[in-house]
Amino acid sequence: MIGRLWTIGRRDLVRLGGRRGGAVLPVLFFLAVAMLYPFAVGPDAPLLARTGGGVIWVAALLAAILPLDRLIEPDIEQGFFDQWALRGISEEALIAVRVLAHWLSFGPPLMLAAIPASALLGLDGAHLRVVELGLLAGTPGLAALGVTIACLTVGLRSGAALAGLLIIPLAVPLLIFGAGSLSTGGSSGIALTGAASLVLVALAPFAGGAAIRAARE
Amino acid sequence: MQECRIAAEDLGCRRGERVLFSGVTFTLAPEEALQIVGANGVGKTSLIRMIAGLLPAWSGRVERMGDIGLIDERHALDAAQPLRAALAFWQRIDGPADDQLARLGLAGLADVPLGYFSTGQKKRAAFARLIGQHAPVWLLDEPLNGLDTDGAALVQQLADEHCRAGGICVVASHQPFALGGIARLDLADYAP
Repeated sequence: MIGRLWTIGRRDLVRLGGRRGGAVLPVLFFLAVAMLYPFAVGPDAPLLARTGGGVIWVAALLAAILPLDRLIEPDIEQGFFDQWALRGISEEALIAVRVLAHWLSFGPPLMLAAIPASALLGLDGAHLRVVELGLLAGTPGLAALGVTIACLTVGLRSGAALAGLLIIPLAVPLLIFGAGSLSTGGSSGIALTGAASLVLVALAPFAGGAAIRAARE
Repeated sequence: MQECRIAAEDLGCRRGERVLFSGVTFTLAPEEALQIVGANGVGKTSLIRMIAGLLPAWSGRVERMGDIGLIDERHALDAAQPLRAALAFWQRIDGPADDQLARLGLAGLADVPLGYFSTGQKKRAAFARLIGQHAPVWLLDEPLNGLDTDGAALVQQLADEHCRAGGICVVASHQPFALGGIARLDLADYAP
């Protein structure tokens, strides 16, 4: 069973983060926001430093929405989930693997991209540290949320657009705690981000698995 | 081959507000085959998916023994991958399998991405996946669609060999399917 899930996880990772530009687009989008923001608000260094962390968080959230339509839908349409079900591989396990693959394809790249982004926004080292820890705590939750929403909107017309709208209100707690940890500068905000993330990660396999089974009918 | 048996008891199917069929009962033992026939929309695909366990039965129940292999319109092979890699993915899940590409008429296509395949070639590739699965129960939903005459003959021959080797074959098709001793089940008889 573990061997089969390993095989499936490797395929997920190649498909979501591999050569076909899966991981590149969200990172470019993220950097584009960080680059454009100073142009829009002007070269006021203290203002940029004060608001930059929040902008990084908003950019991370929006970048996580980009690959939503490729997360689940193509594999349903091509019959992969049916074939896995016939082989007795549970949807819950498949979704858990996919959350991990999705996170690997955008979480660590975003954390790397946050370094040049923070330079563009004039954040100092202490702030960058809080941003990185916050992203480490928050992006798994974003990944779980993205996969869950993608499962729930499978087979709906304009499902991708709907998924983008659905994920935003649900991601607000992560955003509040994650970006909030910057103003308090403390670990409590990061801890709350991590807690919200853990809840989402724990729920995603069950909600997503149930949604995929329901979509078969 | 793994022991296998399919028993459907009083199966019924409802799609939306419409009951498509009810009271379908049959039993299949090794070396037996069944063809589900009927007009478009009569519920052939729904019945196949119920037998596979992918669609919950509206009424009645299905007992299955043995692994189930399914061929339908969705081939579960990555379009961006070359044929060999797409099949290798399933071999890592299902276990190693003999190379059947030459027999399926795909010998020269191992390194071609599936996105460039024609409908019939994709169907042949799906059969390579099915053979590699070594499942005793074959559920074939419209297996002849898109295949040329040679391909159709080959598929019927494969199904025949599968049954002779102790497998079960359920075919949903409105086209004639030549298989020794195949039973026919006309879903129109079970419409309300």
